[in-house]
Amino acid sequence: MMDFLRLDLPALLAAIMAGGTCGLLGSFLVLRRESLLGDALSHSILPGIVVGFALTGLRSAWPMLLGALVAALLATLAIGWVRRAARLETGAATGLVFTGFFALGLVLLEVTGARNADIDVDCVLFGQLETLVWLEATGLASLFDTAALAGLPRQLGLLAAVALVAGLVVALCWRPLQLIAFDPDFAASLGMRVGRWEMGLNLLIAGAAVAAFEAVGSILVVAMLICPAVALRLITDRYRVQVLGAAALGAALGAAGVLLAGPLPAAMGLNLSLNAAGLIGTLAGLVVAGSLTVRTNRAAAA
Amino acid sequence: MKAPFSCRGLTVGYGGRPALSDVTWDATPGLTAILGPNGAGKSTLLKAALRLIPAEAGEVRFFGEALEAARPRIAYLPQRASVDWDFPASALDIVAMARLPRMRWWGSVPRREREAARAALASVGLEDFADRQIGRLSGGQQQRVFLARALAQEADLFLMDEPLAAVDAVTEQTILAVLHGLAREGKSVLMVHHDLSLITAHFDEVLILAGRVVAAGPVREAFTEASIATAFGGLPGRAPVEAPA
Amino acid sequence: MIGHNTLVVLLGCAALGAASGIVGCFALLRGRALLADAIGHAALPGVVAASLIMAALGGPARSLAPLLLGAALSAWLGLLALRALTASGRIRQDAGIGVVLSAFYALGTVGLSVAQTLPGAAQAGLSHFILGQAATMTENDALLAGGLALACLAVIAALFQPLRALCFDEAFARSQGVPVRALDLVLLGLLLAVCVAGLPAVGLLLVVALLIVPAAAARLVTQGLPAMLAVAGSLGAAAGATGALVSVRFAQIPTGAAVVLAGLCGFGAAVAISRRAAR
Repeated sequence: MMDFLRLDLPALLAAIMAGGTCGLLGSFLVLRRESLLGDALSHSILPGIVVGFALTGLRSAWPMLLGALVAALLATLAIGWVRRAARLETGAATGLVFTGFFALGLVLLEVTGARNADIDVDCVLFGQLETLVWLEATGLASLFDTAALAGLPRQLGLLAAVALVAGLVVALCWRPLQLIAFDPDFAASLGMRVGRWEMGLNLLIAGAAVAAFEAVGSILVVAMLICPAVALRLITDRYRVQVLGAAALGAALGAAGVLLAGPLPAAMGLNLSLNAAGLIGTLAGLVVAGSLTVRTNRAAAA
Repeated sequence: MKAPFSCRGLTVGYGGRPALSDVTWDATPGLTAILGPNGAGKSTLLKAALRLIPAEAGEVRFFGEALEAARPRIAYLPQRASVDWDFPASALDIVAMARLPRMRWWGSVPRREREAARAALASVGLEDFADRQIGRLSGGQQQRVFLARALAQEADLFLMDEPLAAVDAVTEQTILAVLHGLAREGKSVLMVHHDLSLITAHFDEVLILAGRVVAAGPVREAFTEASIATAFGGLPGRAPVEAPA
Repeated sequence: MIGHNTLVVLLGCAALGAASGIVGCFALLRGRALLADAIGHAALPGVVAASLIMAALGGPARSLAPLLLGAALSAWLGLLALRALTASGRIRQDAGIGVVLSAFYALGTVGLSVAQTLPGAAQAGLSHFILGQAATMTENDALLAGGLALACLAVIAALFQPLRALCFDEAFARSQGVPVRALDLVLLGLLLAVCVAGLPAVGLLLVVALLIVPAAAARLVTQGLPAMLAVAGSLGAAAGATGALVSVRFAQIPTGAAVVLAGLCGFGAAVAISRRAAR
């Protein structure tokens, strides 16, 4: 039990929160037919994260979050600028901007290497769920001991905060979000400031991407944003099921990935543990494949 | 009585070939058809008036007021192709969206608004389809859902973008009947129409556009072979489906 | 000064850049440029699997050819998965690309975590396929990658007229008897080949930029297709060589990042030139 609390619980909590939040917000990307933006935001935040760390040298999450939001904003503006200045269609302009930002982030990461004790290229590429530990835990009582709880990895704090904000926003703005996803022109004709809503949603997604990035790295954030939403999209026609189902599926995938990363190889007699973030993404892909099969079978049976 | 829709010098688009240049026109209550070839600026007129796209110059007023003040009295019906009909929502969900300004943003839809949405669906003959997912409706039914949504707004001015394009005969009859009902109640409908049929039989006024105003006024006066020829470039094969007055 | 090995690597990267720029023009014109993102990410599990198989068979650990073959196979599987997803009618291509690139990449990282525990030097080099590392390319690597790139160019030269027709007026091309579907497949194959060839130098994450940036820049400053291809090829070659040079000199900077940033400088110049011309 103590091993579980110290070594597995933090990663489990991080994965569940990251998966749930990204799964929740990802539905809006898929419904708005803007999945590419999820890819773009996850990659574009990297230079912001690095600069946030490097400038302040702090181990706290807030400079990183701020840097990421600024980067997301700049990337969105840059995409618009590239589309106009280079007369490029949205997809190519987005690809150009987010790979450019990502490349810049990688260079900055190396250039400021000395200051970035907490993030390095491996974290960006593979995540660092395995490094989230809670050594202050001494037993179940630690769950109620504020001194011990203060030792929880700081990534959990940011993940919890973003999860809370995302959940509140989606709950309180349930109907406007649905309308903007379906028919932004009609929403604007009702007087809603669609541009601001979309920017707000994008910043929220960027925030979720930052929080999740520290757990699963840049690439796998995309898996958690897109895969649960796609899996639900393939099998449901009901909005509530789509949005809440994707969130639940994301959280479940997070949990499954962490729980299987250690025990699974052990059960197979291998003395290693798999990359938890990678396992989450792989399971997510398998679930999408399963979803597609269910849909195809339904269509064949009909 | 102030005109339901009135624009002065409306210009949209940059450079030598703006989408609309210097459109000045007043609508009258009743049914007005907005006609013109592809790229004539018909949809652009509606979108610019509603500030969905920016205008370079000009001003639009509704019932003598600016857009923000007049919004509750205006209903907009976009082109059917502008949305993804695979969206997870029922016909009732879509129509209920029109009532959003009257509702909280969360929780279940209040019964009064739900009933209003059902009534709107009934008025277009879709009361039995309220719970069907919109992707499972035919094109004509989808168009009627859009119309029901506009009706649920309880507006005085309706701006419609090609509501009769690619619909079946039943839908066409239903929509025209609803429009006539609106006209009888003294409402105004500005309808972008995709071709030249049905004008003489159903509409009071026309506005013929080709990047600028070619002709405007009662059907009898403005919907003529000459004005059509000017707008459509006088191509020989483009005779209207029915002979104009 | 530049040693012989470095020179060959530079030339190889230049050839890669040129081929990516040119193939990228067709991809951009056909609206398929983002498939390179999916191809790149989906290649990872194949690279890892090939490396594990080679190690199990006792083959040479650093041999590039089997790794590229593995990359090509798994990227192709990724494209098939993408097609299955979009065929559902429910999922658009960008969502499909997102699923394929992230899930396949994730599978690759799982494989990497397995490979890293196994003895042998192969897995140490595998991470370099993600961000590219010109500094660790051998002469043979450069020759293989460069040769693959030149082969793509040869195919394009042979099929230039029908490809041009396909990109500019598909309906007309069809009416002239051009086999549109077959040509699209050829283009897809070229895209696959050029991405895979670019893996050792530029890495799978950033290879998509090499397909978009030179082509986008070229389109801004040229009128006809031959000029566009020439400019894109030159810019791609310059970016490839520059990136490789920077990365050889500063080994901690991943080659992929250096190549992308070099390419973007060229893109910025193209934007500036086109604006000045417009005034």
